[in-house]
Amino acid sequence: MEIANLLNALPGAVGQGLIWGIMAIGVFITYKILDIADLTVDGTLATGGATCIMLLHAGFPVWVALLGAFAAGLGAGLITGLLHTCMGIPALLAGILTQYALWSVNLQILDGANQSISVDKYPLLISSRYVSTAIWIVALFVIVIIAVLYWFFGTSLGCGLRASGANPNMSRAQGINVNLNKIIGLMLSNALVALAGGLLGQYQGFADVKMGIGSIVIGLAAVIIGETLFSRIFRNFALRLLGVVLGAIIYYVVLQTISWFGIDSDFQKMLTAIIVAIFLAVSYWKGRFARPAKKRAAVNSAKGEVK
Amino acid sequence: MLELRDVHKTFNAGTVNEKCAVDGVNLTLEDGDFVTVIGGNGAGKSTMLNLIAGVYPVDQGKVLLNETDLTPLPEYQRAKFLGRVFQDPMMGTAATMEIEENLALAYRRGKVRGLGHGISNAERKLYREKLATLGLGLEDRMNTKVGLLSGGQRQALTLLMATLQKPALLLLDEHTAALDPKTADKVLQLTQEMVDRDHLTTLMVTHNMKHAIQYGNRLIMMDSGRVAVDIRGEEKKNLTVSDLLEKFHIENDRMLLSE
Repeated sequence: MEIANLLNALPGAVGQGLIWGIMAIGVFITYKILDIADLTVDGTLATGGATCIMLLHAGFPVWVALLGAFAAGLGAGLITGLLHTCMGIPALLAGILTQYALWSVNLQILDGANQSISVDKYPLLISSRYVSTAIWIVALFVIVIIAVLYWFFGTSLGCGLRASGANPNMSRAQGINVNLNKIIGLMLSNALVALAGGLLGQYQGFADVKMGIGSIVIGLAAVIIGETLFSRIFRNFALRLLGVVLGAIIYYVVLQTISWFGIDSDFQKMLTAIIVAIFLAVSYWKGRFARPAKKRAAVNSAKGEVK
Repeated sequence: MLELRDVHKTFNAGTVNEKCAVDGVNLTLEDGDFVTVIGGNGAGKSTMLNLIAGVYPVDQGKVLLNETDLTPLPEYQRAKFLGRVFQDPMMGTAATMEIEENLALAYRRGKVRGLGHGISNAERKLYREKLATLGLGLEDRMNTKVGLLSGGQRQALTLLMATLQKPALLLLDEHTAALDPKTADKVLQLTQEMVDRDHLTTLMVTHNMKHAIQYGNRLIMMDSGRVAVDIRGEEKKNLTVSDLLEKFHIENDRMLLSE
């Protein structure tokens, strides 16, 4: 239980957290903006990892491999979107169906259950062997992704997408094609998750058909931790996305600390579930027991005075 | 203008809950008509408005607007021609978005929503002027989230959003029913101002007989999914509440209570 061991392990946790932060931004788009809990991502993460690794094996440059992963994610999101909007299947179930089907697709892509890739033989962008370089590169990815999304959700199309999630009735009354926007949102979300899968595959040096299991919970954990801890200070949209990435980093640092205490890694999934449950409960209790009416009125009048 | 031709709508057909909400409505509105619609609960008023707006498809009949057949169009495509305000103040605006963002959504009704920048400065200026006409001080709170506004403020904003792009037809579905009497009067006054300014053709559902008489140039009463009474012109101008009660023996608690 030397503190030095923990400190040595922290950069790795930050690196993993950043990659999962990209995944969590994808979850944020569906869960927070579209108000859909999209379970496709459990399959999409592995699809992204598998596509990226296999394209690298085939000799493509790394940026083509990552673009391939991104495109695979777009496709997965499109299928969930069509199942939901054209076939009238509830979003939750549509996601589960796509995810279930992706298991077979991923086995086909990987030509087996898993494939490894060596940083010595292939021109990988990041690897857990060079953690600090990986952190810088993934951080750059995060900044670019947040900047592009900030721009996109400020455009007419992006505003319509946000409105579709916020109030579908009003959106239709204002001439917004809500179904189309749901499909676009699901595609964008899954593309980011697949990109994160591609980065994760390179970072850990392999892609596995099981690598995405439970990733929706980790993504939700990051979103909820980020929103609960930073919602007071991060009001701007770009900062909210940053809060989600920080949420993912905090999640992995907490997990690392827990394992430093000597808790068996078999308990990881249970601990994750407990963390998510606690943070969800905190935001619920905050609304329920904090005398919301008076508080909100006070906030309103304070705002009125300032503006 | 608007023409409803033998429009029918039955909910839960073939079950014990079968409800024939609209049973063969024929209605023609002239350009610039301001029609108030009254009728008891379940008379089919809201269903008729929703059929015009395309919330659900008609079972039979046609909905025409300026000779365009709206019947096959989905709700979001009909929105190009329609301005709508709902009974529930929460329904017409996006609570988690800012006032100016809501207005920007409404400003693009019937236009292509592309990747152009959301709100230009010229637009902001327009919104500020339009908000000032409401007299609620909202022009100084353009970046406030709509969820922080009161029901009356949200309803006034929804009304502004419905008319920001001039609609061919304005549909008001009991839009003051959830407001206190004073706020309701204020919102109705704003409605009248907007209708006058842009010469809007309007269909207004209300449960308040006084309002139905006071506003508009034509009054229709619905009963059991049909238009039972249609009063216009001089007769509408001279109409009183007691006339209505006497003439048509209206026995509806809610209507009487709202006197």
